[in-house]
Amino acid sequence: MPDEPYLFEARGLVKSYGHVQVLRQADFHIAAGKVTSLIGDNGAGKSTLVKIMSGVMPPQGGDLLLHGAPIQLASPMNARQHGIETVYQDLALAPDLTPAQNVYVGRELLKPGLLGRLGVLDNKRMREVAFDTFTALGTDVKDMDASVAALSGGQRQSVAICRSVMWARGVIFMDEPTAALGVRQTRHVLDTIRRVAEQGVAVVLISHNMREVLEVSDSIQVLRHGVRVAEFDSTATVEQLVGAMTGALDVAS
Amino acid sequence: MTAGGATTGGAHPTGAGEAGLRHDADLSGTRMTTPTPAPNASGPASTRSPAAGLLRRGLRSSPALMAVVLLTLMAVFAILSPDAFPTQGNFRNLVVDTSIVMVMAVGMTYVIVAAGFDLSIGSVLVFSGVCAVKVMNWVGGQGYWTVLAGLAASLVGGVAWGLFNGFCVTRLRVPALITTLGTLGAALGAANLITNGNDLNVAQKAMLQLQLASVLGLPWIVWVAVVVVLVGAAVLRYTRFGRHTYVIGSNDEAARRAGINVDAHLVKLYALLGGLAGLAGMMSLIRFSTTTIGGHSQDALTVITAVILGGASLYGGYGVVLGTVIGIFIPTVLQNGLIIQGVQPFWQNVAIGFILIAAVYVDQLKRKSRDRA
Repeated sequence: MPDEPYLFEARGLVKSYGHVQVLRQADFHIAAGKVTSLIGDNGAGKSTLVKIMSGVMPPQGGDLLLHGAPIQLASPMNARQHGIETVYQDLALAPDLTPAQNVYVGRELLKPGLLGRLGVLDNKRMREVAFDTFTALGTDVKDMDASVAALSGGQRQSVAICRSVMWARGVIFMDEPTAALGVRQTRHVLDTIRRVAEQGVAVVLISHNMREVLEVSDSIQVLRHGVRVAEFDSTATVEQLVGAMTGALDVAS
Repeated sequence: MTAGGATTGGAHPTGAGEAGLRHDADLSGTRMTTPTPAPNASGPASTRSPAAGLLRRGLRSSPALMAVVLLTLMAVFAILSPDAFPTQGNFRNLVVDTSIVMVMAVGMTYVIVAAGFDLSIGSVLVFSGVCAVKVMNWVGGQGYWTVLAGLAASLVGGVAWGLFNGFCVTRLRVPALITTLGTLGAALGAANLITNGNDLNVAQKAMLQLQLASVLGLPWIVWVAVVVVLVGAAVLRYTRFGRHTYVIGSNDEAARRAGINVDAHLVKLYALLGGLAGLAGMMSLIRFSTTTIGGHSQDALTVITAVILGGASLYGGYGVVLGTVIGIFIPTVLQNGLIIQGVQPFWQNVAIGFILIAAVYVDQLKRKSRDRA
């Protein structure tokens, strides 16, 4: 373990649903500016770990440390206030709203002065800032004024990612961001992930696709039966990852 | 790995249909798990022509379409009866006739945009009117202070029913259709209990003055409706409150995750609609000088029809107040024109009924093609 604390760290997380112990002393750590992948077989506890770290549910044991200091996350909103964003697998976009409107849902900008105090939205500025963010991340949203429902799957994914990037001050969790995408759109999302990390944000990628994980990650941590069983860097092979996931290889972290 | 492949296949929304085929041409053959890329993977990404975008937006813009329908209707009636239809007196009748339901229709637009529903407004109007008359008689006097007391009573009565509707829908999770079907009966029953089933008459001088007085040639209640429409349209279109209403109707889970208090917002919307029904109750008292207990059973249907005709989606997320205004006028103009023509006005009911079904069918189609894209 390095002297400098990790940006965000989970230590000894415990969580069970009834008699099923999903997490048993699970560890996980994330560094700024890096892409960290969390992999594991179905039921290994990945989504539970992410839910705890993004404030959706509290752990029954263990600690969360942000910048080395222990914190409690009461809700996803609370996590967001700490700069922790999540891109949900279902994207959580409002299909009738435009991309810019979606980016600002719940955090709308108001006009300055009296109008703002009356709750009047500053649509022009929101549209501009959203457009700049899309451009900076290389997302080509064809029509800023069309509803999100009119966008392709990849573009919707990009809008959801851009929304998180705009607000993330530290960590972004991405749950299977490429699961529903084709080659070209997956390529684009992976490029976006790298670009986001280069901006100094810690990106956590949850994925089933080993090749994708190896390509984009700086660190790969493997969860099996609720415990982190291995940690690799990007020089690992698919066989090593699969071995650690299934328990065929016994690799100590 | 196999699990990943399964997710990829299963989670992809585009199964069939030409829209899916067209824009997924570069996706279907070339999933991450497919070893050999399909030949068209190098083709251009799924671009959409700007013309197609314009067309799509034009189709979505039902208010524009309905405005054309309304203007056509008016033109036809003006040609058929040039002496009776396009007159100042007739237009005055039209706006006076619509002003009471118009106020409620503005509130209904909010509720339907948020994917809610309210059948109870007609009964709430009657209940509020009864409360207003009782309070005005109890306060006594003939002046405007008495009227204000009555207005306060009708607003409180309306908001109370709205809050109750909102509570049942959000906390008790009783579907809005059932909740408001219940309060439709309950509010009318309560009004009848208060009055023993007889209409109460309004005798206050100030109320009669309000009925007769006019500003710029139109009675006060028309101006009340105009203000409600303008404020309602601006708030829905330009403010954060309005934006949250759209988000909730479009995807309430997304709204929740973004930190919007969905339940509280919905309760506010039902309370707003209840309050506007209370205001409409007062307007009805001013216009008819009686509580008209039996006269509002169709109000909810009239208003919901107007909101849907105006382009709002019954499934939430879409709709504008301007559309609702047009949607209110279409049935009214149709009825008015038919009466002038000497045609049985019941044809209006028949026509509007079928138009309503057609409007929801078109909305359904739009949604289907959209969700496939």
